[in-house]
Amino acid sequence: MNWPTGSEDKLTRFEQSILPHLDAAYNLARWLTRNDSDAQDVVQESCLRAFKFFGGFRGGDGRSWLLSIVRNTSYTWLEKNRRGEAATAPEQEAEVEESSAAAPDALLLQQADSDALRRAIEELPAEFRETLVMRELEGLSYKEIADAADLPLGTVMSRLARARRQLRRRLLDHWGRKD
Amino acid sequence: MICREVGNLLHGYLDRELDLSRSLEIEDHLSTCPACSLEYGQHLALRSAIHRSSLYHEAPAELMRRLRPELRREHRARKGSRGLPARLRSFWVPLGVAALIVLVALPFVMRPSAESLLAQQVLSAHIRSLMPGHLMDVPSADQHTVKPWFDGRLDFSPPVIDLSSQGFPLIGGRLDYVDDRPVASVVYQRRKHVINVFIWPSADSGRAPGKAIAMHGYSMITWTQSGMAFWAVSDVNTGDLQEFIRLLRR
Repeated sequence: MNWPTGSEDKLTRFEQSILPHLDAAYNLARWLTRNDSDAQDVVQESCLRAFKFFGGFRGGDGRSWLLSIVRNTSYTWLEKNRRGEAATAPEQEAEVEESSAAAPDALLLQQADSDALRRAIEELPAEFRETLVMRELEGLSYKEIADAADLPLGTVMSRLARARRQLRRRLLDHWGRKD
Repeated sequence: MICREVGNLLHGYLDRELDLSRSLEIEDHLSTCPACSLEYGQHLALRSAIHRSSLYHEAPAELMRRLRPELRREHRARKGSRGLPARLRSFWVPLGVAALIVLVALPFVMRPSAESLLAQQVLSAHIRSLMPGHLMDVPSADQHTVKPWFDGRLDFSPPVIDLSSQGFPLIGGRLDYVDDRPVASVVYQRRKHVINVFIWPSADSGRAPGKAIAMHGYSMITWTQSGMAFWAVSDVNTGDLQEFIRLLRR
């Protein structure tokens, strides 16, 4: 149905500026909740909330705006449903660097298979996981991640660094155990 | 720059997010420091492995289909409580009246208003399903796969039969929404045409004859049988569709 421009109502504007980011919303919710039906519920709830708050959206980056709502809803869901899961990354993590005795070849990491990667990412604390997902899967810039996660740019960079180091460690541990 | 100073900046460099002078410093450092080069190489490799794997989860089609009616409902609820401002009322009310006149004047075989609006909804659902990637939730030519798929997703069990030997192969099933209610769509093919058969529970327990409707170049036939309402929609010619219905209803 073609609505005449100028009297475009709130729903139409929402559908045009926010719903195109549904994939991004689902992808983030899926990685945070780790299953399809909960992710769908989270996205459903997030979009309804987004629609309610749409009056406060002043244009600009619809994706980061929607993702900030998805994050919020996901974390509330995580608190309710997964008590005990490490959502927050420990502040001063004892990052013992791998002993350089068997420093892995970049080639080994390059060949990591999807399943191993998926499992390793799923095991990361939620805050590391979401930063990695937003950067590597969604392709957001540091600024966009900072907006979506309400973080300073420096924190985005340090979270990414720690997420990647932890991911590397988990992959190597996983392969180490297999030998 | 020394290794300790590089630290997390290595990742900002990897992501091309550093300003120019910092980027140049890191680059210089990497060209002379084997340890940091190794570190950099590993993270580059890890990133490329992630991009190579299909780890992205796209939203399933059913999500949008569930969402739209809910948004519309929310929108109506809010509009209702606040009412339309006068300048919009003076536009929409005459438009609404005009639309009603058009609907009533259309040569429908059945009673106009409620049923014709339903026909439009069914046709919209059919057209939406023709968009790429939206046709089927369960693509399968096996009725023993499609029928049980609806269990747990619907509170009724739609009949699913295959008619491939008569030229109307079953190709799959899909959960859809008509009149804001979840319905089954059993999807068939006739040569290059898609036939959606929408099914939902009906209060009518009898076996009513089929009613034919043509709208915007599409053919629709609707009937009730065994406590279910059926709507078959397609752009195949009416003769083929009627043949299909006859086979389906046996």
